[in-house]
Amino acid sequence: MSAWLRPLSRRVLAKRCTRLSTNSFVRNASSFQWQDPFLLGTLLTEEEEDISDAARRYCQECLMPRVLEGYRNETFDKTIMLELGELGFLGPTIDGYGCSGVSSVAYGLIAREVERVDSGYRSAMSVQSSLVMHPIFAFGSDEQKERFLPDLAKGKIIGCFGLTEPNHGSDPGSMETVARQHPAKEGVYLLSGAKNWITNSPIADVLLVWAKLDGVIRGFLVERSKAGPGLDTPKIKDKTALRASVTGMINMDDVEVPKENMLPGIQGLKGPFSCLNSARFGISWGTIGALEGALALARQYALDRKQFNNPLAKYQLIQKKLADAVTDISYGLLACVQVGRLKDAGKAEPEMIGMIKRHNCDRALENVRKLMEIFGGNATSDEYHIGRIAANLFVVQTYEGQSDIHALALGRAITGINAFY
Amino acid sequence: MPPRLNIVVPIKRVIDFAIKPRISAAKNAIETNGVKFSMNPFCEIAIEEAVRLRESSKDLVESITLVSAGSAKIQDTLRAGLALGADKATLIDIPAIDDSKSLELEPLAVAKLLKAFVEKSNANLVIMGKQAIDDDSNQTGQMLAGLLNWSQATNASKVTVDEASGVVTVAREVDGGTETVSAPLPLVITTDLRLNTPRYTKLQDIMKAKKKKTEKITPEDLGVDVTSRLEIVSLSEPPKRTGGGKADSVDALIGKLKGVGAI
Repeated sequence: MSAWLRPLSRRVLAKRCTRLSTNSFVRNASSFQWQDPFLLGTLLTEEEEDISDAARRYCQECLMPRVLEGYRNETFDKTIMLELGELGFLGPTIDGYGCSGVSSVAYGLIAREVERVDSGYRSAMSVQSSLVMHPIFAFGSDEQKERFLPDLAKGKIIGCFGLTEPNHGSDPGSMETVARQHPAKEGVYLLSGAKNWITNSPIADVLLVWAKLDGVIRGFLVERSKAGPGLDTPKIKDKTALRASVTGMINMDDVEVPKENMLPGIQGLKGPFSCLNSARFGISWGTIGALEGALALARQYALDRKQFNNPLAKYQLIQKKLADAVTDISYGLLACVQVGRLKDAGKAEPEMIGMIKRHNCDRALENVRKLMEIFGGNATSDEYHIGRIAANLFVVQTYEGQSDIHALALGRAITGINAFY
Repeated sequence: MPPRLNIVVPIKRVIDFAIKPRISAAKNAIETNGVKFSMNPFCEIAIEEAVRLRESSKDLVESITLVSAGSAKIQDTLRAGLALGADKATLIDIPAIDDSKSLELEPLAVAKLLKAFVEKSNANLVIMGKQAIDDDSNQTGQMLAGLLNWSQATNASKVTVDEASGVVTVAREVDGGTETVSAPLPLVITTDLRLNTPRYTKLQDIMKAKKKKTEKITPEDLGVDVTSRLEIVSLSEPPKRTGGGKADSVDALIGKLKGVGAI
């Protein structure tokens, strides 16, 4: 009796298996869009959607083809800044001076598209928009705005932001770079000190350097053409991440800066922190863009690659990784939109921005590292891109406030107790 | 007085070129739910050409008007066209023709709508895509020229306007190479792939487009009946490619070709 049943059940099982395997490849009849689960467009204005589309098209067609070469050879093509400038993507939230005055959400959408290609490219853009153009607009004199903003907006001149020092990263308040009055010349300051890990510094025409003048942090617009031999901006070579973006030091030995180049409108750490706030907002969007890029690559690889006669996408452990990534992307973007709206209404606190920066960077880094596992050995080939994205995201989690530092800022806001030191 | 160009650029909203269309077996139609739609690439080339004509010579181009027929969703596509440099847009509102039904608006119906619109706008030049990437009909431009009784230059790969005489010279890509034709205005030009490379949309132009006017009219306003005369009986994907074979000599190759009835 049992011998008779066994062949019968095996045949039934075989039938079920066949049906299962055709079903597993049937396209889902649901309208759920994995690329846009929460229909982000319903939260955006038409203008913001158009800007996002325009940015995506430019980045995919003009930046994507350059990134492999740029990352391998550690070269950054300066014409990228001119292209971004021509399309109006630099300093887009500024009103006037050749800028369009669009919303913070629009800025975030642009950052997301640039970083979907590469975090290094988005770093160069963030520096120009949030860390150079924004402070000049917010704290500069009318003359400084006229002098610098239009060309920065066009990408004709490149800026960089000198805050971090070799011995002072998370603790910028203890910076050692100083500005002093020139002993002989009236109305001229002399800047001395070193800044480290400065995106764009080797190619920057204007360097916004934060230095202590009589113990108070001030911002100085150092123009390379007028700085003289005391200014040196060596490139940091052989980096393991952000290789498509150019990073360097700023070494200053009594560099002359006229007082017309000091930012009059701000003193103390409030200055640099306000800039970082703006940049961190862009990064919150950008880091999700990087995760979205990685997800699309991982999903396609999982559909194409077969092992044990099945595409990898059939396996549960693979699907879980994809599901986790899609979830974190969706939640991350919702938070970015809300904070963007609050920011434009003047209601955003720095802790909010710190929170979305920290969370989105942490989630992006962790998810991309998991997605990288889908590629197996192919992850080590840069042609698959995933290794570059993961390496970059480590730096994105670190700069503009490492996640642990943001946690302390939040902890202080929650408890009222400073746990930094 | 050299003629000024009053250009009409008809455009079409289609499934984005990067997306692989799928057939929904249940509906015997192309699956459009949740699918990304964009401007037909040949239409972008048409807008670009009109804008380049304007940039080539001051006062040559009087106006560039976009026109498209279908449901309200087309506003997105018209807006994109305004951001590329057109001056104004007209939506011929046919609510029944939404994204899922775009194949039901046939080339002849579109040509009739465009004929009425072009005459109403006093245009003397139509620049449009040679075909749409969804139905690949490659008919509307030719039908429009016939209905208007205008000259036509299709598959354009280069357009030159002699400002003094108003004669337009068009190089056309044909199977054997390039053919050059010329005609005085008015005429219909349809664009081919190599005519130009459309520019990337600038943020500033997206902002400017917000101030440009889009008007809405109906087929009734133009006196045109757009009821379909054709019925789509069935849709199927092309048959999957089967494997080929290798021949190791010319004689073997000839033998194989004869075997499958190819020669």
